[in-house]
Amino acid sequence: MTPFYRFQFYLFALMAIGAAVLFVTRRSPVAAALWLVNVMFALSGLYVMLDAPFVAAVQVLVYAGAIMVVFIFVVMLLNLGRPGQLPDLRAAAPRLAAGVVGVAILANLLAVRRNTFPSVELAPPTDNVVTPVAESLFTEYLLAFELTSVVLLVAVIGAVVLAKRKATA
Amino acid sequence: MMIVDALIVSAILFSIGVVGVLTRRNAIILFMCVELMLNAVNLSFVAFAKLHGVSGHVFVILVMTIAAAEAAVGLAIVISVFRHFGAVDLQNLKLLRR
Repeated sequence: MTPFYRFQFYLFALMAIGAAVLFVTRRSPVAAALWLVNVMFALSGLYVMLDAPFVAAVQVLVYAGAIMVVFIFVVMLLNLGRPGQLPDLRAAAPRLAAGVVGVAILANLLAVRRNTFPSVELAPPTDNVVTPVAESLFTEYLLAFELTSVVLLVAVIGAVVLAKRKATA
Repeated sequence: MMIVDALIVSAILFSIGVVGVLTRRNAIILFMCVELMLNAVNLSFVAFAKLHGVSGHVFVILVMTIAAAEAAVGLAIVISVFRHFGAVDLQNLKLLRR
């Protein structure tokens, strides 16, 4: 674990957390979406640091490239108006409750994760990053893989049906 | 150890997502907060994959697929809500509350 590795790891971690805070506090949906893209790039950097370069590439392609484009496309399609006219935060009491719930969940997660984890002897990471994932995906998890294709088909049909239907007022 | 640090980052991101879901009223930003929570879980999976082998990477890919499906259906619902109410404010959705 070289110092440079540590420095980069914490750089990406701080980038992810800072961008997430900025994302959650932005009023305008477009600004929020762009900060979320920033979070996803930082997370993809963390994936590379954790020996998962294939997942990092998929993260950039699918999340930052596809899902966020759909979000921004919908924001611009809907013509929501100026940020000042957009729905505001909830009232003060629910916000306080949300803060309490957030801190409670954070404390809970941190308490669980401070445990020591049993370590398994793994083969050292090689240059070939796709083959192990592909072998596992197409043998051990083949059923789950096929089921996700069905889910995607249902989602596509559902999205078209929902978005095309005329409003029944 | 880097794995514990990654898990802490993941916990912080997940909590930020929870707070966002609970405080915002804009449906689109709410969906983005859900995506942030899914990303936090993905980071946990990748960190644990360093301990337990490549299965975690497979789970991350499956989660991303489901997240894409969820975003497509969710945004279609947002579009229908916008057509009906002319806004994406979640305060409008209270028919079942009466």
